[in-house]
Amino acid sequence: MMEQDINIKITDREGVIHEILAPTDMAMNLMEVVRSYEIAPEGTIGICGGMAMCASCQCYVLSDTKLPEMQDDEEAMLSEAFDVKDNSRLGCQIQMTPDMEGLEVELAPES
Amino acid sequence: MITTDILIIGAGPTGLFTVFEAGLLKLKCHLIDALPQAGGQCSEIYPKKPIYDIPAYPEILAGDLTHKLLEQCKQFEPGFTLGERAETIDKQEDGSFIVTTNKGTKHHAPVVAIAGGLGSFEPRKPLIDNIASFEDKGVEYIIKDPEIYRDKKVVIAGGGDSALDWSIFLSDVASEVTLIHRRSEFRGHLDSVEKVQELKNQGKIKLITPAEVINVVGHHKVDAVVVKETSDKHIHKEYEIVCDHFIPLFGLSPKLGPIANWGLEIEKNAIVVNNALDYQTNIPGIYAIGDVNTYPGKLKLILCGFHEATLMCQSAYQIINPGKRYVLKYTTVAGIDGFDGTRKEAPKAVVKKID
Repeated sequence: MMEQDINIKITDREGVIHEILAPTDMAMNLMEVVRSYEIAPEGTIGICGGMAMCASCQCYVLSDTKLPEMQDDEEAMLSEAFDVKDNSRLGCQIQMTPDMEGLEVELAPES
Repeated sequence: MITTDILIIGAGPTGLFTVFEAGLLKLKCHLIDALPQAGGQCSEIYPKKPIYDIPAYPEILAGDLTHKLLEQCKQFEPGFTLGERAETIDKQEDGSFIVTTNKGTKHHAPVVAIAGGLGSFEPRKPLIDNIASFEDKGVEYIIKDPEIYRDKKVVIAGGGDSALDWSIFLSDVASEVTLIHRRSEFRGHLDSVEKVQELKNQGKIKLITPAEVINVVGHHKVDAVVVKETSDKHIHKEYEIVCDHFIPLFGLSPKLGPIANWGLEIEKNAIVVNNALDYQTNIPGIYAIGDVNTYPGKLKLILCGFHEATLMCQSAYQIINPGKRYVLKYTTVAGIDGFDGTRKEAPKAVVKKID
């Protein structure tokens, strides 16, 4: 484990839990971490590339980890997305940082 | 029947650049795209976003890139079948292909190049149990012919540009326009938001927010929708709005779609190609280029699509002109002869004596 890696837990769309290491020094966001581990099939996540314009990376935050505050475009996109819950976030808007150690999320259904 | 040399499926950046490269080899192209305009994702998802990794463009807006590509390939007179999705492919005895769209338009070509990106854009349908039974009976996810709404009562749902723009447009056509959105905030161009505000104040658009359509009511056609409205104090009220049409506009999402059933080798939602040679698929004569293909080390970048398109055209030339000699020519040296009779060439050097 590299010093800058953090442990996070991701539940995929089939309900399988993946305990993985996420780098925090490569400017990666949660959507990109999911893609790098192929936890969701290519073409079903990160469709807009990470511009908060498609909601294909929607996830439910299960831990009480402190996350960056939601910006207007993320909030607007989630207001148009489906299967949205109170703990919904767009993975592409969550940059991995060392203080997110222990983050737990579940991927929202594909839509 | 539309006939061409290379039939390109997908009019995004890779497909458009293919027209140029094919044109240099005197091959004519026709493009099919499910969207009503060229440009693919660049036009549909992020026309106003800058791209920084197009060679020689330190920054270019995705929409501008589309315009430049159209301008660059213009003299090769590409044909377009827009707003139709390539549905089936039939290999003919002579090795050529007939591709038919969902609207029955037939295209015949010796070579097919799939430049389909992430697939064809399909409307995202809201999760309303009985909505499917009202499709084309008053429920439309895409507005094709605004005239069908003339003097009708219309309910539009959504909070983005298309919901705003169509509400504005239909306020002059329909007898009644109701716009329903889950939040009071809309995301769209500022002038669209302001225009809707103005039309609301004039009573030309009825705005219901925060609210959601949760059910469709009717016998064989839409008679009303059930709306769930949330007031500030978390009190919900449900009621019906009488209408002739319900138009949910929740954006489009790409799906590989019918191409997945063409007998092509698929891996990770992409088409496997031979990247050591020419980006041909497991079916000779069918190529896949750009984001739609996969091979070891694949990167989904526009610039990689351009490269793939260029190599693909050289291979297509061999299929279309078997055994015919050809060597690569530089445009700077040879110029460009358009199919429209135009010619572009480097100006001749001045040869003049200096005394």
